[in-house]
Amino acid sequence: MAKRIDVNNLNAFYGNFRAVADVSLTIEPRSVTAFIGPSGCGKSTVLRSLNRMHEVIPGARIEGSVELDGENIYGAGVDPVNVRRTIGMVFQRPNPFPTMSIQENVLAGIKLDTGRKSKTELAEIVERSLKGANLWNEVKDRLDRPGAGLSGGQQQRLCIARAIAVQPDVLLMDEPCSALDPISTIAIEDLIHELKNEYTIVIVTHNMQQAARVSSSTAFFNLAATGEPGRLVEINPTDQVFSAPHEKATEDYISGRFG
Amino acid sequence: MSTQLRGSILPKWFAVALAGLSIGSAVMIERTTSVAGVGGTITLAVLLYLVLQTTWSFTVEGRRHAIDRLFATLMYSSFVIAALPLATLIWTVVSKGIKELDMNFLSHSMRSVSPSKPGGGVYHALLGTLEQVGIATLIAVPIGILTALYLVEYARGGRLAKAISFFVDVMTGVPSIVAGLFIYTAFVLTFGFDRSGFAAALALTILMLPVIVRATEEMLKIVPADLREASLALGIPKWKTILRIVLPTAIGGIITGVMLAVARVAGETAPLLLTTFLSQSINQNPFAGPQAAIPTFIWDQISSATPASLDRAWAGALTLILLIMVFYGTAKLIARYYAPKA
Amino acid sequence: MTQGLIDPPKSSISGSAVRRGDQIFRGITVGSGLLILLVMTSIGIFLTWKALPSFSHNSSNFFTESQWFPDQDTPIFGIAALAFGTFVAAIIAMLLAMPTGIGTSLFITFYAPKKLAGVMAFFIDLLAAVPSIIFGLWGLQFLMPHSEGVARWLDRYLGFIPIFQNRTDLYTKSLLIAGIVLAIMILPTISAISREVFNQVPRSHVEAALALGATRWEMVRMAVLPFGRPGIISASMLGLGRALGETIAVALILSAVFEVNPHITEPGGNTFAANIALKWNEAGPNGLSALIASGLVLFLITLGVNSVARGIIARRKDFSGAQ
Repeated sequence: MAKRIDVNNLNAFYGNFRAVADVSLTIEPRSVTAFIGPSGCGKSTVLRSLNRMHEVIPGARIEGSVELDGENIYGAGVDPVNVRRTIGMVFQRPNPFPTMSIQENVLAGIKLDTGRKSKTELAEIVERSLKGANLWNEVKDRLDRPGAGLSGGQQQRLCIARAIAVQPDVLLMDEPCSALDPISTIAIEDLIHELKNEYTIVIVTHNMQQAARVSSSTAFFNLAATGEPGRLVEINPTDQVFSAPHEKATEDYISGRFG
Repeated sequence: MSTQLRGSILPKWFAVALAGLSIGSAVMIERTTSVAGVGGTITLAVLLYLVLQTTWSFTVEGRRHAIDRLFATLMYSSFVIAALPLATLIWTVVSKGIKELDMNFLSHSMRSVSPSKPGGGVYHALLGTLEQVGIATLIAVPIGILTALYLVEYARGGRLAKAISFFVDVMTGVPSIVAGLFIYTAFVLTFGFDRSGFAAALALTILMLPVIVRATEEMLKIVPADLREASLALGIPKWKTILRIVLPTAIGGIITGVMLAVARVAGETAPLLLTTFLSQSINQNPFAGPQAAIPTFIWDQISSATPASLDRAWAGALTLILLIMVFYGTAKLIARYYAPKA
Repeated sequence: MTQGLIDPPKSSISGSAVRRGDQIFRGITVGSGLLILLVMTSIGIFLTWKALPSFSHNSSNFFTESQWFPDQDTPIFGIAALAFGTFVAAIIAMLLAMPTGIGTSLFITFYAPKKLAGVMAFFIDLLAAVPSIIFGLWGLQFLMPHSEGVARWLDRYLGFIPIFQNRTDLYTKSLLIAGIVLAIMILPTISAISREVFNQVPRSHVEAALALGATRWEMVRMAVLPFGRPGIISASMLGLGRALGETIAVALILSAVFEVNPHITEPGGNTFAANIALKWNEAGPNGLSALIASGLVLFLITLGVNSVARGIIARRKDFSGAQ
């Protein structure tokens, strides 16, 4: 299930503006990799390039390659729809579909499948995904209520349930806790710990403590100045990044000297 | 290696090839059988394209992509279908209207011109339209702006405000002929005035009012609250704040809205048919006697239905479109002039 | 000292000059608002008042009679044919304009290249600026000859369905063609409002759908259409209101016949608004009163349709569009 990602010489553009330059990195399967760095350093852009969500913004494009177990997701004949199906994503703000119930939200991705599934199969998927997102006990009695009626933290876990319902290989998380309160944040972090047994997880975070708590590897991105493209400074095991970083810039950032 | 990511996606040239194929076959079918003319052939080609694309995509790319392509094509086509009438309308009006439209047409009335003979012009109607629309604007602008001021500045959300707001919305949907009926029953039947250019102007006022209220409201709402508070904090009374700070800030947008309302009612025909008598000659007085307007002029020329009068109708239509474009253009210029300078 | 600043002499706060200015100005604005209320309510009152005489003279049922002879010695008139024609033409217009208008706005919002989208939207909005008399002239002289083939085709191949059957050899001046012209006229209304709703669909919902591996159409179905449904419905209702009340274009195209004729490709048909415009100048006193009565019915119908549409929009508070 979980797969390895190799990024080679990735350059990401918005129109003529190069937002990310020359990023190459490897993400190991069944691990949590955190992307950290100051605002505008391109960490979210790199994340969105990993499942071809970058290109849905008008004028946005990338150069370079991203390989999923050796297969370039930007290669000829690759269908972005399949890529996104294989690499799930959770966004900064919880975004359950407002017109759908909790159950329908979980099944939103499943419903796209061609094959019909029986009611019991669907119920199993709902239960499995909500349990996987640590939400089952809280919502099992109100599966047909609107997803928008949940608290922010519950909504975000619903979005995680929606993403894992289709059993992706990789889960991308774009600052999943930045809109949540501390208690909901802890719930999501606990969940990430459990999910890494099955998925390759990449998480963008502003919060360095969070990176230190949840990730096994940390990638630090930085930009030389506003208007310059963001670059990868280093990617190393999290312990090492936070205790003995290779680069001066990383040390400055994590010690709070800038950013 | 896994091929999970690969979908067999049809190449880019596929759409072009398919389009060629569909058009070709449609023409062939048109030649050999009797499909109704150019329109039928185009319709047939589009249908062929849809069927071929869907089947081909279904077999190669699968159901989901076939449906995706089908709907994408439908949306492209609906835009073309929507754009086609406007394109042909502009083309017809310009090509047919240009024949008669000259200085003579613009500077003469229809006085003693026989409907079946060429000649004559639109001057009397142009004059009538300008006077009627001008009077309507003079009445509608102050009432409309003041109402919007009440809604935005004084009564945010009160009961009366809600009622007024609702009626303004409903007024937007009043058919123009009903506005004409109302002015006729009130102004002519009840108060005993004659049908006149002024009565027409009153009917147009009813149609302009809601547009002006809404446009002004929108503009007032985007005036920053800080500006009002800064002025009130200086001890300037509210009404002076509104007149000296709020209105001048919003004035560009308000004038644009007024011009759009003017453009909208300048082409109204139905209310004028009920509230004025059509004149063939120049009448500068909107308060007495029959007075023409461009829309009723066109109506009259169509009704005569001679080749010469139809030519005049098209020239009148072109004149009307040009006049409306002048109003729209002015609105754009005003909007640009007052646009916040960066 | 400080006492004086916090609690100044009463007169300087409640200075009467200041308040009078405010009161007068406020009064003027309230007056304008009330004037609009007054005008709207008096439309109903005046129309009812001037319509009443015709009812007492009518020797037939106003609602079920389809003939229109209000000025003869024993007046016979009713709105059956008018109501039928009005609704049939409006329904044809809706059936054509709704899918096209919604498709057009989906195309402009989600399919067209961003650089072209603005120009395309402007182009469609231009349709709204064309006066109905010009639509009428164009419909009469251009569209009618060009759509005769459609009517013939419908008759030939779908003539077994009664509404498409044509018992004459004439295929113009029909409710079908009036409906097509109306469709073109209400298309910019439907398109502009639904476009505004689609533009408000949160980017995050669009991205959520795409990230789940939805194709573009699946994204539209999952994130856009459910969100936009109330807006689409009210856009269509406003379009319907416009189609019901449209006068001149219809008056020019239909050959007014006072009968309920379900064969929509045959010449004939009549609508409330067109009938008022056509009969106005030849009507006697009772004829005017009868026309006013039919206008009152039209007014009430459009009032109802528009109120429902506005009600649906109002429930969506953040949606302010729709002029």
